[in-house]
Amino acid sequence: MADSSYEHHEYDVVIIGAGGAGLRAAIEAKRRGMKVALVTKSLLGKAHTVMAEGGIAAAMGNVQSEDNWMVHFRDTMRGGKYLNNYRMAELHAKESPDRVQELEQWGALFDRTKDGKILQRDFGGHRYARLAHVGDRTGLELIRTLQQKVVSMGVDVFMECKVLKLVHDDEGRVAGCVGYWRATGEFVTFQAKAVVLATGGIGRSWKFTTNSWESTGDGHAMALWAGAKLIDMECVQFHPTGMVWPLSVRGLLVTEAVRGDGGVLRNSLGERFMFNYVAPMFRDETADSEEEADKWYDDHDAGRRPPELLPRDEVARAINTEVKAGRGTPHGGVYLDIATRRTPEFIRRRLPSMYHQFMELASVDITREAMEIGPTCHYMMGGVQVDADSEATAVPGLFAAGEVAGGMHGANRLGGNSLSDLVVFGRRAGLGAADYVEAGHAPSTFNQVAADAAIKEALAPLERADGENPYDIQRDLQEMMQTNVGIIRNAAELETATKLLDEFTERVKKVSVKGGRAYNPGWNLATDLPSMISVSKCVTLGATMRKESRGGHTREDFPNPDPELAKVNMAQSSPGGNWDSAVEVVETPILVLPADLKALLEETK
Amino acid sequence: MANVTMRVWRGDGDGGEFESFTLEQNEGEVVLDLIHRIQATEAPDLACRWNCKAGKCGSCSAEINGKPRLMCMTRMDSLPEGPVTVTPMKAFPIIRDLVTDVSFNYVQAAKVPAFLPPPMPEGGYRMFQEDVERGQEFRKCIECFLCQDVCHVIRDHEDNKPHYAGPRFFIRYAELEMHPLDQNDRRDLIREEMGLGYCNITKCCTEVCPEHIKITDNAIIPLKERIVDAHYDPVAWLGRKIRRKPKTSATDAVVQPAP
Repeated sequence: MADSSYEHHEYDVVIIGAGGAGLRAAIEAKRRGMKVALVTKSLLGKAHTVMAEGGIAAAMGNVQSEDNWMVHFRDTMRGGKYLNNYRMAELHAKESPDRVQELEQWGALFDRTKDGKILQRDFGGHRYARLAHVGDRTGLELIRTLQQKVVSMGVDVFMECKVLKLVHDDEGRVAGCVGYWRATGEFVTFQAKAVVLATGGIGRSWKFTTNSWESTGDGHAMALWAGAKLIDMECVQFHPTGMVWPLSVRGLLVTEAVRGDGGVLRNSLGERFMFNYVAPMFRDETADSEEEADKWYDDHDAGRRPPELLPRDEVARAINTEVKAGRGTPHGGVYLDIATRRTPEFIRRRLPSMYHQFMELASVDITREAMEIGPTCHYMMGGVQVDADSEATAVPGLFAAGEVAGGMHGANRLGGNSLSDLVVFGRRAGLGAADYVEAGHAPSTFNQVAADAAIKEALAPLERADGENPYDIQRDLQEMMQTNVGIIRNAAELETATKLLDEFTERVKKVSVKGGRAYNPGWNLATDLPSMISVSKCVTLGATMRKESRGGHTREDFPNPDPELAKVNMAQSSPGGNWDSAVEVVETPILVLPADLKALLEETK
Repeated sequence: MANVTMRVWRGDGDGGEFESFTLEQNEGEVVLDLIHRIQATEAPDLACRWNCKAGKCGSCSAEINGKPRLMCMTRMDSLPEGPVTVTPMKAFPIIRDLVTDVSFNYVQAAKVPAFLPPPMPEGGYRMFQEDVERGQEFRKCIECFLCQDVCHVIRDHEDNKPHYAGPRFFIRYAELEMHPLDQNDRRDLIREEMGLGYCNITKCCTEVCPEHIKITDNAIIPLKERIVDAHYDPVAWLGRKIRRKPKTSATDAVVQPAP
């Protein structure tokens, strides 16, 4: 059908991205008898999922039997400041226990309770100990388990293959995609009846981030260009605890499990300042003295939860305020102290990779000294708008799951809800794609002209003689987004960002790279820049339009939440469909919660 | 801060040479920071793999001053004064500069017979911490393939690759073999096709493991014992099988549904 002069493949389902969501989607589609291709920018098993440390949230009730899906649902909605797609939050809370147990059927080995069940730990915003975990390397366990399952099923994996753009048929359905092999620079086209986006996040556009080079928002951008809608793009999570020193590791993640396991935050005066930052909606369930908070660690019935375990947006803002008020550490963070609170043996057993990370990279022994930490760009709540049950987007044949999809986490994600998101909705995307293919949908054509145009655009930087170095553009973009679209925003800075992003667009059009196409990181980065610019524009536009503070989106000039804005998503689309096309934003109503679920949110206990 | 000279191997499968870069070195930096600075300035086409820059993904494996290491976890101030040499892993074919073709490892991964548990009882499997800890040590593996790179069975004898799985996969087989729930028997395969016998326990793999997995002592030697027993002494094998407490206890637990 296709008239491709490039390497060409035909599949039922092509999955772009091989982190937790992509791998889980591949398993499900393959189980349904689909011919599946899994395409990843990196080697298999290296995706950003490996960086997840603390655990996977699932209301199994192994540690506290009071836990159930309804409490998990409530916690997720409260954490998300009610901007969530309630149906996603509901499915997630109901299905995550099965998805965790399924991982053990595929060989995962979680830490155990004394009676041999899966152990669960406390985390911010979760009422009960809910995170199944393996020390502080849960993401590695998840990705390795899924990777080994995928390999044993014989899924075709295309490693180090970067997808540039989705391709349609004549009727507007998705017909596949076009990309290139990083090793050779040779182009490749995939024709597919369904495409699942599982490309992860966008954090690479900020200077201080926990995200790797991969998180350039490829899936967000490709969906936008292909005609899908993006929602909640203003809701970017800044994790409260990233390393701040040495500079070379600034932004690197320090797991929330440090706080779950007893670590506390102090300012330069030695004060446990979080007690001063308990928002009204969390007061009933948060301790109001150090004494009460400390009792809770030993006996969850003896006191209320420590304020260090409030949702991430609350903690990140508090740290930011302390530092701005002059109560920060020498390197501009605050102290995270577990050394004075737990024994060295406990710390080394429960937090082995944190121990090594600080010892080897910062020469800090966390069993003896406090860590210096500060907020770091971590996670994208916003993403492609999907149908909660099938993960179908507005574009026929296009599905999205994991961080690239929007709605599940609302305005702020709870720790531990990301790994569970990956397996719950990865599976559902695999099912959704298989259902779609089995229903007989298939593209009528493969738009080779569009594929050729994408290839031509990708090659342009190699053909330009004396343009700008892509690394300079990336560095300036990261600096600009950190300064103007960071953790606290205001109208003036957002306006500056909007103007500067237009300049960045022009700069990207003049980028040039030297060398050939074979494994050329400069060229690879040049092909990532259009996505980075596109998603940066969406974040800036969403942040400009949402004139309130909610979850991960904080406006200095609109410091309070606006109840009316709790009812809408900022939905963005790009009718032009190119990376430099204009983006439109429309306030669209969020799904209205049915009465029975609404009642769950109103229960205080 | 002071300047440092980085001697980086550049080339492809047809050959190459060292290129020297002299650049700034700041407090606390690791080798990967310097490689990134070279990319961002003088040589944007310098090929290297990296992802997490935190020692968790195992992408940035290379040989630093001749020693297999992760570039993201090697502090510049831990290296001796003078130029720092960075070369690609020697045991694998070169794609470009510091990037090698590690597909050998993915071929080996595809040969591993899958984990095979009994049906899951209502409420999930019961396993005990002491029983899962042995496997958890091996599951810390970040697949950096430095153990494969340093193993002289592969490094010095390319022709061994078709019949030698290497340390990374010996710990994978050991993990499955010691998994409280696994019911597959891979011992003949390990002996006959995965070449465990080629390993003469020089412990080079253990020395380079960034996760500090005791590959030789905790995986390879116990695996050799099990296989020798299984092959040459059926009575001893049966005895071990019966005495293998973790598997027995977990199997018991499996038939009893959780309360």
